[in-house]
Amino acid sequence: MTIQIRKGKRATEPQCLGSQRSLNSEDLLFPNQTGDSKAAVYFQLSNGRFRPPPAHRLIAHHIVDTIAPIFFRVSRTMWLPLRLTLLLLFLLLSPRALLRSGSAAVVSGEEEEFHEELLLKPLPDRKVLAHFHFHSIAPPSKSNGRHHHLFPKAISQLVLFPSSVPFAMWSDLDLILNFLFRLLNNCFSSSRKYDVFLIVFALIGVIVGEFLSFGQVQKFRVKEMELSFTQGRWNYERWGGFDPISSNNAKPPGVELWAVFDVPEDQVDAYWKNLTNSLSGLFCASINFLESSTMYSAPKWSFRITPGRLRYGTLPREAVCTENLTPWLKLLPCRDKAGLAALLDRPSIYKGFYHSQRLYLTSNASVPAETVSGISLEQTLTVVLQPNSPSSSSIHSGESNFQPSWSLSSIFGRKISGKCVLAQSSIVYLQLEKSIFSEQKDNMDNGPNSLASEGFAGGSGFEMSLDPDIVIEEENQSQHKGSSVLYGFWVEKYNESQPFDLGLKWKYPVFWSSRQAPLHASRFLMGSGNERGAIAILFKSANSADSSSGSRHVSDGCELQVDVFQVVPWYIKVYYHSLQIFVDDEAKPIGDFVHKIQVSPSKDKTSPGMMEMLLKLPCDVRSAALTLEFDKGFLHIDEYPPDANQGYDIPSAVISFPSFHSVMHLLSNDSIRKSPLLSRFQEKNRVQSYTEVLLVPLTTPDFSMPYNVITITCTVFALFFGSLLNVLRRRVGEEERYLKAGKKKGWLRVLLSRLLAKLRGKPMEEPDQPSSESAPLIGKKLVLKVILVAVLAVAWQFYST
Amino acid sequence: MAEVEKKEVAAATPPWKPKPRPIVRLGIVLISHSLLVSVVCCTAGVVALFLLPMLAKNTYISENALMPGSASSMLSNDDISEAERLAKDLTSLNSGAADAGIERRRVLAKYLSDLGVEVGYHKFEPHQNQFHPLHFFSSPDSGLSRENGSCSSYGINVVGIIRAPQADGKEAIVLVTPFNFRKNSSSEALSISIGYAVFSLLSRVTWLAKDIIWLVADSQYGEYASVASWLRDYHIPVFSASSSHNADSCFEGNNINLLREESLDRTEISSGFRRAGTMAAALVLKVTDVKGQLEDTLSVYAEASNGQMPNLDLINVVNYLAVHRQGLRVKVEKFLSVLRWEWIWVLGDTLNFIGKVAGSLNPEWKFGISTPDYVEGTATLANSLYRQALGIPTGPHGAFRDFQVDAITLEISPKVVYTNQGRRNEFILRSARLIEGVVRSVNNLLEKFHQSFFLYLLTSPAKFVSVGVYMIGFALLVAPLPLVAASLYVDANKPDPSSQGPKHKLQINFKPWKWLSAAKQVFTVHAWGVFVSLLPYFISQIPNSTPAAHSIIWFSLSTFGLLVLYLITKSHSKPQKGEWENLKSVTISVVFIGLLLMSVVNFATAQIGALVLVPACLLAQPLKLDIRDASLKSFLRIACNVFISFVAFPPVGFFVLKGVNEGFGDMDVGEFWTWLESLWAWNSATYIYIGMVHLPCWVLCLHILLHSC
Repeated sequence: MTIQIRKGKRATEPQCLGSQRSLNSEDLLFPNQTGDSKAAVYFQLSNGRFRPPPAHRLIAHHIVDTIAPIFFRVSRTMWLPLRLTLLLLFLLLSPRALLRSGSAAVVSGEEEEFHEELLLKPLPDRKVLAHFHFHSIAPPSKSNGRHHHLFPKAISQLVLFPSSVPFAMWSDLDLILNFLFRLLNNCFSSSRKYDVFLIVFALIGVIVGEFLSFGQVQKFRVKEMELSFTQGRWNYERWGGFDPISSNNAKPPGVELWAVFDVPEDQVDAYWKNLTNSLSGLFCASINFLESSTMYSAPKWSFRITPGRLRYGTLPREAVCTENLTPWLKLLPCRDKAGLAALLDRPSIYKGFYHSQRLYLTSNASVPAETVSGISLEQTLTVVLQPNSPSSSSIHSGESNFQPSWSLSSIFGRKISGKCVLAQSSIVYLQLEKSIFSEQKDNMDNGPNSLASEGFAGGSGFEMSLDPDIVIEEENQSQHKGSSVLYGFWVEKYNESQPFDLGLKWKYPVFWSSRQAPLHASRFLMGSGNERGAIAILFKSANSADSSSGSRHVSDGCELQVDVFQVVPWYIKVYYHSLQIFVDDEAKPIGDFVHKIQVSPSKDKTSPGMMEMLLKLPCDVRSAALTLEFDKGFLHIDEYPPDANQGYDIPSAVISFPSFHSVMHLLSNDSIRKSPLLSRFQEKNRVQSYTEVLLVPLTTPDFSMPYNVITITCTVFALFFGSLLNVLRRRVGEEERYLKAGKKKGWLRVLLSRLLAKLRGKPMEEPDQPSSESAPLIGKKLVLKVILVAVLAVAWQFYST
Repeated sequence: MAEVEKKEVAAATPPWKPKPRPIVRLGIVLISHSLLVSVVCCTAGVVALFLLPMLAKNTYISENALMPGSASSMLSNDDISEAERLAKDLTSLNSGAADAGIERRRVLAKYLSDLGVEVGYHKFEPHQNQFHPLHFFSSPDSGLSRENGSCSSYGINVVGIIRAPQADGKEAIVLVTPFNFRKNSSSEALSISIGYAVFSLLSRVTWLAKDIIWLVADSQYGEYASVASWLRDYHIPVFSASSSHNADSCFEGNNINLLREESLDRTEISSGFRRAGTMAAALVLKVTDVKGQLEDTLSVYAEASNGQMPNLDLINVVNYLAVHRQGLRVKVEKFLSVLRWEWIWVLGDTLNFIGKVAGSLNPEWKFGISTPDYVEGTATLANSLYRQALGIPTGPHGAFRDFQVDAITLEISPKVVYTNQGRRNEFILRSARLIEGVVRSVNNLLEKFHQSFFLYLLTSPAKFVSVGVYMIGFALLVAPLPLVAASLYVDANKPDPSSQGPKHKLQINFKPWKWLSAAKQVFTVHAWGVFVSLLPYFISQIPNSTPAAHSIIWFSLSTFGLLVLYLITKSHSKPQKGEWENLKSVTISVVFIGLLLMSVVNFATAQIGALVLVPACLLAQPLKLDIRDASLKSFLRIACNVFISFVAFPPVGFFVLKGVNEGFGDMDVGEFWTWLESLWAWNSATYIYIGMVHLPCWVLCLHILLHSC
């Protein structure tokens, strides 16, 4: 239940004047008419996101009416400086907020919406998928300018309002003028002439402020954006690769960000950089590393079909934890204090096998013609959890066939005690595969066949602790085994005293398998050593068992389209000419299967290599493999990360199947149209999957040996300079003369040499006469040497800087 | 070395005369006293080698991230009992039945898939290592093995992979347990028990950061072959399977189909190759029955091909956990015969005594080591050197090293063959906890192993000699070679021995190209060496012959080749003055270069080779001269020369070593052939060394000895 606010009821007068907050219409206190204490709590938590009363304009005028007299009462009694500062403060800080409420009130056609939904789905390998889906919609910007009541402002600022800005300004001006005329009236009536200057000053201030904020709104002109934080891997084989959840919500480990901008092509990079930095701050993650041009790429057609100025970047090594979840939750109106998000008990959701929080933002605000929705923000959290089976040893005792029974409280350790009051709808779905029912039919022939009554009537293999409010069946168009049944539960029926705690209990062992993408893609590294290697992408037909036996003859000339999008960092130097294709264990010419390929080779330290490829494989293909050879590059010493010896990541490749769409054909129902989750499921999205992240060991220097390096360098230098000095300084003739002179003087030395000569049994030798006069002081060779050294030194100087 | 040089400088102050630069002067001094220098250096080198056990340092865990033993073990008795159930199921199958192997694999795969892990079969064709002269030093090549074999000779490994729940799957740890699916063996069943207990625990834990791969290697064609072929398929898969197509077809009829049948009933057992990320480390686990042990022991094998060793930290972790946590006795292989040598004990006593005396003089000098420790250390060191020098991996872990993965083999042997289930469980618990601890430590690693040593010799499980220490002995041994070569050259090119006197001895009188004829001779002999080392490839093609016949053919062909060469290149002129000196000088230079190169490839081979070749080369002098001289000194030299050149002949050296180790009982000529065959089959660089450095140099030494000057 939302809080009812009676139209036309005036708010109580704001009490304090000088404070900015009291004048902020977002913070205006609407007294709780229902007297519900809980609602008051919500109010405090979701500060500033209340549904706007339609009587906004009235309120705003009321404020103007009340403020002006108060202001002038003060100004008459107090002296000028105080008044001046107060006025300035007031004018600079308050008008924007004050006027905004007015502008919002000008047109209030549509309202902002918030929906919360949760999809629970048992997975074939005894795990449970929980998919939280929060959807906020802000109506087209014409109606409410730059301020929102439910929609998070931080997100809305990422989106551009090109058409609305001038409009908002003019509507603002209308109010500003109104306000100023009143001031003028008051002031002339009080015959204080110099207040006119103040007013003119204030007017200038208002206009300047208006233009400043105009610049701010334009900071990121994001048309479409998706940001995901993922921990763990989606198991395509067991958890399915065809349904909408695996196509949309299975993401590569770490952070993935892509955004479409609404700016000219030459400005996209600059906008991307701004966006990464602000998202980095918003989500406490190192998204700002995507700023560097070596980290992102601009796929043309393989990643998204819709053309646009797209940038794509991933951070495979980003660790995801609560520090990323908290800011994400802050975007929800009720945070995790009420509604479905209250289930998000941190230890239990991070204990799971897969955890992916995602934020998907679209805006068509820039397209004036379309008025359906302004900004829509889709926040999803997909977790795969292992329900606590009653005893872990049951695996050992042969009862492994049983699916574990679970309930919300056993999975999350919490229960839902009612919906988020601000949400339009709050629904929990339980999705079960239809094949379960068919199998049960096989198991017991006399079971009831009506699907709707079967699940919860107690006559079948499972039992739900609550009766569903709605049962939605997937239309069984083609005879795919992946079709499913959805049980819906309205959360609003439950409250604190009677919390919502859905439980599922299995009576018989059941088996089913999730629907697979047409080809299962895996990627791995080939080769060993620090020199070179190869990347291989291997496609395997998901239903190889079937196709090998029967369906071969069915498909003649049928083609299976596969899009491959692969980004490789620059230090992995991929030789794209070495692309090889093996189809069904035979090497094939590339031209036979590669329909379209676009490659942008990497530039050292500038941009990553990117490959987009459209493959057309025969439908009955059993396996196909792509290999690309690469050389491992060398990094500069300061480019090594702190954990250089771990190796370097190659981000996931994106494999999509343009001719396959992950669509759930639900029997149309009124309730489905309202539910954003189900309408999302019914959208036609192509089947998409991500491959593994690869780890490439590169050569790394031994960082722990700076001492050795210093020693060796010093030795080399000492040797170099020593010999250089010798070459430059030494004169053999001089030395000999000195030697002789020294010998004549030192009697001790003569004695010693004699003694030595005696010891060695040789006659004392006479010193030779200097055989030749010393060579000309500056010989040719010496000059040459000096020049050589000088050239070396210059070259060294030149190249080292 | 530096000390010796200083001594030399002090002893021989050069006479006053226009002097060249100091460094040249020093060189001249050393060359002129090359005899003294070489004697001192060689002695010092040998002494340094024997001092190594004393200089060994205690191992320590260098990488902080490993944190061995900091977490308490989570392994419970449930895991053990479940593992024992598996072992019982495996052994209870009738081993005589034809499809017992398939049935065993199926049971194992069933157990694994019940754990919820990914299971896959890996079929491989074991290939004999074939000698191929051009494939030395090349990286493991997948193309090598793709030869048609008969359908019956296929092995199937069972692979289980745990995907770490919260990790990104970039890295993996490999556990290997060799298991012969065809045979019932209690010790192998025990190793499967241990492996399964660990694996089932790891499939439940939440702290995994790396994927775990358990490879149950089909050991019916040898442990190494199965692991190596799995690794080859992991790293260098072949997509175009044109040659293995028929292999597939006979597989279909054979056993994979039987295995597939089961895979259809909803478990995801696929015959497709399953992969995890880059391997961080690998542990090979074996259980052996060794009679007459006092306690449960753990033997660590680490040597991979060409003397490569895994990072010392891996051994340290195993050693630390085994000794301090599980109370197992850790041992490293050693030469038992060394323990019987009296003189080693005497040497140990002497060193001990010296150490004690030094300690009494100054308590700071604590280099004493007790005699048994010294002897044990020497035996281990000798084995360590020998194993590295052979260049043959000591277990399946060697296959991992070829792909730059650190791996060791852990061979656990129980005290007795356990019949009591409780005792048996306790043994499994201890071993499994050890493995768990090691896996957990490696799992903690953020980076790959890089902190600790890769070049070391073990003197005991907890002591090692690092490269900086053991290089000294080798350097001392090799150092005199260039000096002697230079001095010989100077001697040979003296203008006139009688005219001038010693004063002009050091004046290097360059007569270029005089050494060229000697170099030609040396080159010819080395070419012959190449020919000899290539011969076995052709000889091994001869069908139906024994190793003894092979070696005899080889020997006679080589001798024949040498004779032909001799006849061709024989100079008819009278031997010139200084000819043998020149020849010896060039020979020594070549030996020096060869030893240095070999020390880079495989240090241990170079070290052992230097021990033999350096004295042989330095002492070589024409027997005629010595006989003419007829003094005690020359007599001694003759004796030494004859002895060394006898021992340095590779076959003789081999048999002498073997005799010393195992007693001179039964000797077969064929053994040498088999030994060499194993060397080339494992691509050991030692084979190249023997064929291209050692043998030619031995022939040249012989040539010098018999020189008619």
